[in-house]
Amino acid sequence: MSDTHAASVPYVRETMLPQVEPPSTATGPVKWVHQSLFSSIPYTILTLVALYVIFVILSGLLPWLLGGVWNTGNIRECREVLDGAQGGCFSVLTERWNQLLFGIAYPQDGYWRPTLAFILLFVAAAPVLFGAVPRQLLIVTVLYPFLAFWLIWGGSLLVPLAALFSFAIGYVVYSSLVKSSFAGGLFAGIVVGVVVWFVAGFITSNLTNVLALEEVASRNMGGFMLNMILGVICVSLSLPLGIVLALGRQSNLPIIRLICVVFIEFIRGVPLITLLFVANVVLAYFLPPGTNFDLILRVIIMITMFASAYIAEVIRGGLAALPRGQYEAADSLGLDYAQAMRLIILPQALKISIPGIVNVAVGLFKDTTLVSIISMFDLVGMIRGPILASTDWNGVYWELWGFAALLFFVVCYGISQYSQWLERQLQTDHH
Amino acid sequence: MTTMSDPQQGSFRLSMLLNDTRYRSYTFQFIALMLLIALMAFLGINLVRNLAEAGLNISYSFLYVPAGYDINQTLIDYNSQSTNLRAAVVGILNTLLVAFLACVTATILGVIAGVARLSNNWLVSKMMSVYVEIFRNIPVLIWILMIYTLMTAVLPAPNAFRGDNATSSMLFDAFAFTNRGIYVPAPVWGPGSMIVVATFVLSIVAAVAYRKYAVSLLFRTGKLLPTGWPTLAILLVPTLLVFFVMGSPIGLDYPALKGFNFRGGLQIGAPLIALWLALSVYTGAFIAENVRAGIQAVSKGQTEAAASLGLRPKRIMNLVVLPQALRVIIPPLISQYLNITKNSSLAIAVGYADITATLGGITLNQTGRAIECVLLLMLFYLTISLSISAIMNVYNNAVSLKER
Amino acid sequence: MNKSVFFGALTVAGLAAGAAAASTLDDVKARGKLNCGVTTGLVGFAAPNANGEWEGFDVAVCRAVAAAIFADPNAVEFIPTTGKTRFTALASGEIDFLARNTTWTFSRDVDLKFDFIGVNYYDGQGFMVPKALGVSSAKDLDGATVCIQTGTTTELNLADFFRANNISYEPVPIETNAEGQQQYLAGACDTYTTDASGLAATRATFETPGDHIILPEIISKEPLGPLVRHGDNDWGDLTRWVLYALIAAEELGVTSANVEEMATNTTNPEVARLLGAEGTLGEMLGLDAAWAKNAIASQGNYGEIFAKNIGEETPIGLARGLNAQWTDGGLMYAPPFR
Repeated sequence: MSDTHAASVPYVRETMLPQVEPPSTATGPVKWVHQSLFSSIPYTILTLVALYVIFVILSGLLPWLLGGVWNTGNIRECREVLDGAQGGCFSVLTERWNQLLFGIAYPQDGYWRPTLAFILLFVAAAPVLFGAVPRQLLIVTVLYPFLAFWLIWGGSLLVPLAALFSFAIGYVVYSSLVKSSFAGGLFAGIVVGVVVWFVAGFITSNLTNVLALEEVASRNMGGFMLNMILGVICVSLSLPLGIVLALGRQSNLPIIRLICVVFIEFIRGVPLITLLFVANVVLAYFLPPGTNFDLILRVIIMITMFASAYIAEVIRGGLAALPRGQYEAADSLGLDYAQAMRLIILPQALKISIPGIVNVAVGLFKDTTLVSIISMFDLVGMIRGPILASTDWNGVYWELWGFAALLFFVVCYGISQYSQWLERQLQTDHH
Repeated sequence: MTTMSDPQQGSFRLSMLLNDTRYRSYTFQFIALMLLIALMAFLGINLVRNLAEAGLNISYSFLYVPAGYDINQTLIDYNSQSTNLRAAVVGILNTLLVAFLACVTATILGVIAGVARLSNNWLVSKMMSVYVEIFRNIPVLIWILMIYTLMTAVLPAPNAFRGDNATSSMLFDAFAFTNRGIYVPAPVWGPGSMIVVATFVLSIVAAVAYRKYAVSLLFRTGKLLPTGWPTLAILLVPTLLVFFVMGSPIGLDYPALKGFNFRGGLQIGAPLIALWLALSVYTGAFIAENVRAGIQAVSKGQTEAAASLGLRPKRIMNLVVLPQALRVIIPPLISQYLNITKNSSLAIAVGYADITATLGGITLNQTGRAIECVLLLMLFYLTISLSISAIMNVYNNAVSLKER
Repeated sequence: MNKSVFFGALTVAGLAAGAAAASTLDDVKARGKLNCGVTTGLVGFAAPNANGEWEGFDVAVCRAVAAAIFADPNAVEFIPTTGKTRFTALASGEIDFLARNTTWTFSRDVDLKFDFIGVNYYDGQGFMVPKALGVSSAKDLDGATVCIQTGTTTELNLADFFRANNISYEPVPIETNAEGQQQYLAGACDTYTTDASGLAATRATFETPGDHIILPEIISKEPLGPLVRHGDNDWGDLTRWVLYALIAAEELGVTSANVEEMATNTTNPEVARLLGAEGTLGEMLGLDAAWAKNAIASQGNYGEIFAKNIGEETPIGLARGLNAQWTDGGLMYAPPFR
């Protein structure tokens, strides 16, 4: 470069300036605090109000939590220990935890059974819920219902084994016939399975002591265990029923569609509590004289019907969301209705319905607390009934309700987080 | 469907009922119908047999005999000598009352929480997330019972208001918060009060007309009229004038402690409040999620386009974002209203006299007419649900995007 | 009270009459357990303790029946019922025997098709108020807020009482006794009304029972007794005579302590017949000869059961009153064992 040229240019920086930190108000925590908390006057007021609310909640909650008493025998001892200080009588939880979790009548030395069943539930559910889990675990899922039944209700292991065996036989028959006709295969599978079960029932009824756990009657189930049992059983039973109802509602056979629509709209139109009343006081009139099956079974039937109507609507949404082309493609391949549904439509429709189904499941699980209104001792019934009525713990409300709320929150929040995770997974799959 | 275009004519065989898709659908429907009829017949025959054996019948005459029990919160006149039917009507009105109140407050709460959750204020949006997650994930029955316990255990009994060294006092000498409920002043309609009310109704009409005029003026000429304070003036000034001209015909009846309870004024019972609050905060959490989803569904491009046209933020919200968001928000909102109505049946847990507690509870208990009571109960809820669904369908059709 | 309104309580299942193909006793024996319906929790009458074992006055009757059948007072399955579900449970066969402070009324006996096997507690509806309220008679309760359990006869009695005295009240319906306590203690109602025995039991659980009084008015007759389904008279006889055996034992001086001794060397022929040393009373019921001995040995006689669960020595502190033996001026009177 020439000097003259250089003279016409007043100043050229030849080196980069060293990078300078942004001003302290525009970076790091200060910026964050400023932007997200105090960016304008209304925001500042909002922030201060929010801080005050948090302070009020914590100042009430913390002393109660931290000053709690955990090892007294009844509320009077607890109040003596507290001596006017703020604090919770959490000893009700340490003393009655078994009743809150398992109900009053479940054998004390058998608590490991429902606990084990609960842990196995995660193993069984994992391959269904997470695609990354090895497929081999699905065998646990298949075995789980039978195993859990044996663990929770007890009796001879042969009883669920016989059921498993008949299911397996029925499945073999079904899968050998399904190639020629789905309806025929399904029908034959069910018939053979029921016959085998019936025959096996005769054999097992004479071998009640083989590999037997102590038997526990359904009515002895209680506490949070009852909520879990009702929730898990009813959701799993209502899934197939919901699929059938959804397909029925979408079908173009007018009579079947009408039946499904009436059923779904009827169930969705009434509160669960009225259905529980039906289970409790009306159902007996509609059964042959002399039939008597216990309340928990009647309740399971009613909650299952209730849940299946909601699940049917979710799945219907999934079916409707599938592009028309999928249906047409199935038709053009020459698949009949059963094949098209089984091989093309349902796998996709169910996949996009899963978040909705999970939401229904959470709602249903919360609704299992309603059984306390018809005098069943679930977690809420347990608190309202035996525990608050006892001389020892009459007056301990917040500790008990807090505990119940916490249990439900953990389960429901967990499931809903799963559902949100799944939604994100599904979204990335589609785009 | 897969109907063959070229069927073989006139060769119907019995096996075609199963194998031919043309006829198979009839077969299936026939089987389904038969199964349904068989099921109905089975249930019906059992019912008749069971009733005959118990010497009972299906009869609704119990609706016309005196109920025999008292109800504490009623919207219409009722005493223990009124009929069971009237008790049921009291229940229906109470159900509708709590459902309506809860719908209003749940919507307000839900909209606030939903908007606040999208706020840039970190603290506020986090607090709203916590609110939504906590209330959504705990059963509503537990909330109802907890709030009821809160009402009875924390608020003072009317006793605390009594005597010289009372530990509680009334707010402004007009509102009393007790564990039996909240007592507020009730309006007393004196002679001439109807004129005041009529004036107020007319003012509302006038205010609406003014706003319409302002909008049409804006569209025709682009001239912007103020709407805020004139509306307020139209609403209040004539009514207040008439009120004082007529000599204050509408008075207030203040609650006062007499005997065991506060008398006078309007009592809102603790069960009603517990149920109302619990349903509002619980459903509010769901509505917040709907609102958030609705606002997020409006793409950012819409806001930016509106801004580039020179609209101010408030107008962007009113004219561009909200109309589009509402289309997404309203259908789930209405089904939340339906849920509130159905969940109000949990009133039975706190002793609020809704339809489930009167017809499905005490009347059922005292008359033993289980089938009739439960049937009527279901019929009521079904009617409500179907009418709300019908409204929703009409709305959906009205706002659905007209696809070209 | 207005009987025309009160047709009865819950469902009258038609199941009952038709289901009597096998006798209830055979069913119970085959099952190895007695299914006994009790309340969901009323201290002194039936409530589970911390170990989940049921105890109380009604529970003792259940256990006595089980002891008479199986010689094992623990061969009982206790099924909690509410005012609403108790009759359905009995009618549908879910329970064999309902011992849940249930009032014997015409319509329950006749219209609802149940058999009351006797009265184990003569009761009446009363009112409990805090002493501080300064009320000495139920007629002073004009305008009061009254807590009341729904689904019971008390609801109708209450309406009748206030109407008859031309005074007003505000009912607060509640589902369980525990909630009644909660409301009452918090002052959400001025008075709590239920059977006087229930009031005493409830008061016993208070921190300061002395601050509450039970008003002198008893506004109804409430004969509480166990009941069974209508139609199986053998089962009704069995349970009825187990109850009478407990009552007769007190009259005859047989207690849980001396029952073994009395059974072998009594000189009183009625005691000998009762305890199976003479005669074939057990066989007639379809039980073994020691049925009454087992029942008394396990639970004690009526007086012992009363004293242990609800008597004056217990926190509940009920006096015998009408429930004393007829020889002491009460109403407890067992027919002869002959």
